[in-house]
Amino acid sequence: MTLLLVAAGAALGAPARFLTDLVVAHYLGRHLPWGTLTVNVLGSALAVFLAVAVADPTWSAVLSIGFCGALTTYSTLSYETLVLVEAGRWPHAALNIAMNLAGGLAAGLGGFALARALGY
Amino acid sequence: MPGTNRPTLRDALRTVPPIVLGAVALGGVIGSLARYGLLVAFPPQPGRFETATFLANAIGGLLIGALMVVVTDIAPDRRLLRPFLGAGVLGGFTTFSTFIVGVGRAVDAGAALLALAYATATIAAALAAAATGMWATRRLTARRRR
Repeated sequence: MTLLLVAAGAALGAPARFLTDLVVAHYLGRHLPWGTLTVNVLGSALAVFLAVAVADPTWSAVLSIGFCGALTTYSTLSYETLVLVEAGRWPHAALNIAMNLAGGLAAGLGGFALARALGY
Repeated sequence: MPGTNRPTLRDALRTVPPIVLGAVALGGVIGSLARYGLLVAFPPQPGRFETATFLANAIGGLLIGALMVVVTDIAPDRRLLRPFLGAGVLGGFTTFSTFIVGVGRAVDAGAALLALAYATATIAAALAAAATGMWATRRLTARRRR
């Protein structure tokens, strides 16, 4: 049962990431990988919120492991950072890692604060 | 870009064939189930290093490095390969959100050093793995072409 729920969440999360990347790149371009930053920040906020607010293991499986897990990505983050390195753009590569890390942690704090504010 | 006619967002989204989205979704399911398998094999424990997510992100880095060399240098005509394996399987297999939750959990458990070690180890391992994957695949393909 949990397998099916994880699969259902992932079936939505992965295409959502793909489309978000297209939409963000359409507006901000591909000079820096803003699309991956966007999904990673949004997914981190949602995942921390769910970790605090959702006690039910079934829903946590669908939403957190399935949807948020597939919405966010570490492989693309690593690859896009290496592409910047190979282009000799070391400052941008470091900035990309820093923005994802700082953005993800800040978003996580935001999700945590929101869950607490809602009484969880 | 200045001087060029920028397509509307609707046009940009219309260029994505439904089969590509299907490939991403199917790949995402496969990758996420594999990541779930790692979580079952190495259940996360409070105050301990999160082995499952670390492994997923490191292995996923190695594989994306290899894959991107394959799709750009060896099989650029395979249109569904990158969406299915890259955005799909490896995007679903690796996760940034669970990584952030893991860092937060370690801080919450009072283990700030563990949080720092986990974050640093994940970033370093994923980047080193991706670089290794690219390098090894380039070497292999260069040898094959000779």
